[in-house]
Amino acid sequence: MCARPRREPSTHITRRRLLAGVGGAAAAGILAGDRRLATALGHRPDSGEPPSLSHWYHEYGEEGTLEAVERYAADYTAADVEVEWLPGDWESTIAAGLLTDEGPDVFEWINGPNIDMIQSGQVVPLDDVLGDAAADFDARLIDRMTHDGHVWGIPQMIDMHVLVYRKSLLDEAGLEPPTTMDELLAAAAALTTGSIKGLFVGNDGGVGLLAGYPLWSAGADYLTEDNRVAFTTDAVYESFAKLRELFESDSLLLGAPTDWFDPGSFINGLSAMQLTGLWTFPQLLASEIGDDFDVMAWPQLDASTGSPVLPYAALSSAVSSRTADPDVARAYVKWLWVDSTEHQLDFATSYGFHLPVRHSLREQSDHLSSGPAATTIELITEHGRLTEPLLWTPSAVQAYSDARSRILTEGADPESELAVVADVVTDEVERVLGDAAAATSVATSG
Amino acid sequence: MTAAVAPARRAEPAGGGATPAWRPRRSLWRRLAGAQNNNIWFWVFVGPFVAGLAVFVVLPIVWSVVLSLYEARNTVSPTEFVGLQNYRDMLADAAFRSSLLTFVAFAAFIVPTTFACSLSLALLVNRARVARAFFRSVFFLPVACSYVVASLIWKVSIFNGVRFGLANTILAAFGFDGRQWLSRPHPPLYWVVIVSERLWLQVGFYMLLFLAGLQRIPAVLYEAASVDGARPGWQTFRWITLPQLRATSAAVLVLLLINAFQAFDEFYNLLANAALGTYPPYARPPLVYLYYIALGRQQDFGHGSAGAVILTAVIAVFTLVQTRLVGFGKRGSYG
Repeated sequence: MCARPRREPSTHITRRRLLAGVGGAAAAGILAGDRRLATALGHRPDSGEPPSLSHWYHEYGEEGTLEAVERYAADYTAADVEVEWLPGDWESTIAAGLLTDEGPDVFEWINGPNIDMIQSGQVVPLDDVLGDAAADFDARLIDRMTHDGHVWGIPQMIDMHVLVYRKSLLDEAGLEPPTTMDELLAAAAALTTGSIKGLFVGNDGGVGLLAGYPLWSAGADYLTEDNRVAFTTDAVYESFAKLRELFESDSLLLGAPTDWFDPGSFINGLSAMQLTGLWTFPQLLASEIGDDFDVMAWPQLDASTGSPVLPYAALSSAVSSRTADPDVARAYVKWLWVDSTEHQLDFATSYGFHLPVRHSLREQSDHLSSGPAATTIELITEHGRLTEPLLWTPSAVQAYSDARSRILTEGADPESELAVVADVVTDEVERVLGDAAAATSVATSG
Repeated sequence: MTAAVAPARRAEPAGGGATPAWRPRRSLWRRLAGAQNNNIWFWVFVGPFVAGLAVFVVLPIVWSVVLSLYEARNTVSPTEFVGLQNYRDMLADAAFRSSLLTFVAFAAFIVPTTFACSLSLALLVNRARVARAFFRSVFFLPVACSYVVASLIWKVSIFNGVRFGLANTILAAFGFDGRQWLSRPHPPLYWVVIVSERLWLQVGFYMLLFLAGLQRIPAVLYEAASVDGARPGWQTFRWITLPQLRATSAAVLVLLLINAFQAFDEFYNLLANAALGTYPPYARPPLVYLYYIALGRQQDFGHGSAGAVILTAVIAVFTLVQTRLVGFGKRGSYG
């Protein structure tokens, strides 16, 4: 048996000590954890403490937005508001969070919570939040977020798509901004020269982005007023044929290093026209392009069919039904997105260009009163279309996206592809409206 | 040292065999704890892993099977039992069937390709006379790279659709027009992007497994073969190296097959339009499709779980068939 040197006790980590250390660290982690965990474990804050709220935002790309929302949260005194900033696939993160008690109290979602969230009781109605200010809000948006007589979301600010073009390049080619799909195809072809492509509608050739466009541009829509399929018309098939022609042509920019929501490709001269968002205007104006760009709506199918298109949507706040006290969360949402007009104006216009939801605030913004931004606001008033209706469920989104991909990129027949979508949509509307009674009971109990 | 591990001698009661067979009963705790508290220490060390496995693997699988039998939209604690309806819906779903079929074809291509590339690389590195450690590390390094990062580089730098992408620059140097690798499905050049990225990321790992296998082949076999007149090269490889690598090959094949059906990362990061939440219907792995159903916007855990169970069954069937064919796990099949 060989003699071992005796270790110093102070440095000797026994199994017991190691386990005690691990256990201690875990306990310390619990003690140091946030208040939500403590509350979940049974500790209730003293009555003197303000209630706590967790407000989840997706990560806004513009610099300073996080600091701004943290400032708004700190300004609210009736509750202790904690901001969560979600990068990446934020919708899945929020959807997962809503399944647990550790999820958000207040969260944002495009055009308010979706129909499945409403019907499964994941969100509470926000009926009295707008109050007297309701008339000052964009009426189409409030309608879009109203279901079964209840308002489910409060819009924060409006984002919109817009077609931007280089004025000098169109002038050189002797072109006017196109007003019909044929003119758009011709302009895209004429502007394609050497390394510059005529048009950029996303790296996938518009499969993702051009969802409502071919419908509205052809005078059709997703659903009728009474929730029936509204997109199986000859004009829509024709509209899709034009998009296929565009995809087949050599005038689309595809596979660029940046996508449609970023102005990089347009600024770097990779395309002469780009479908993008109002939010890119500060970057465009600060770039070498300067004022050599203007905006237009997506053209209508032809002179006698449809109308120009400018889709818009609003990230909107909703309140989770798992929140400890829905009234506390409602009061906070009302304070931030209805009463605090100063914060709303700052949020919409100080970090990238967005449109305030309240009409009275749009007039107060200097950024939006001149140049292409002002033109965009004129266009939205005339041609603005809200993206997907409430009953356009995620299954319908999936089926329609698959159909667009097949029609645009593989040349499938629009009529038969859209017939498949129509079946899915009809089933989905039936599923959703069939549960209307249940939804009403959820709504009233919330 | 032997005394320390020998079982402790049990004290015999006084009086020998003539007295009634009375023994001091060890307490229940002592018996459960085992000799030298062995049972306790066993559970102290194994327990956390068993608990982790139960909580993070077994429970979700069981839950997934339960969810697959319920209507479970936007909830993981559903109440509406629907029996096998979700399975019927998923099997009737053309998009899901097409995704399964695409990936059977994908597996049939990618498994032998990765296998051949890894084995060739292992043979080359094994025979390198200089800088063997260097080559081994160089080919293994991509394994440490994240799929997301690699996908970004493949998508944005190498295979972008504009004139200054690496692939298009090379094509231009040879006088060819640039290609939109990931944007146009005809011709399906996206497979070039996907397969090249996958090989770059995975070949190093399997090469290492083959290298370990190659190094276990006794040199005497080659010497004996040489004495018997076997020519170096194909003959030796076919009759000595390949049979000796049978266990490694079988393990690699099973891993590759499971891996092929579990494809997600590079497909999602190369082809999904993340900003708009869309994914093209071609080259859509079953897991990506199920991701959109269950975890994406749809939040339909019933159908998503039913799809996951079906996918698991497909993987199990293919693995069993393959195992039967290559004899993985048979007695004596080790190298």
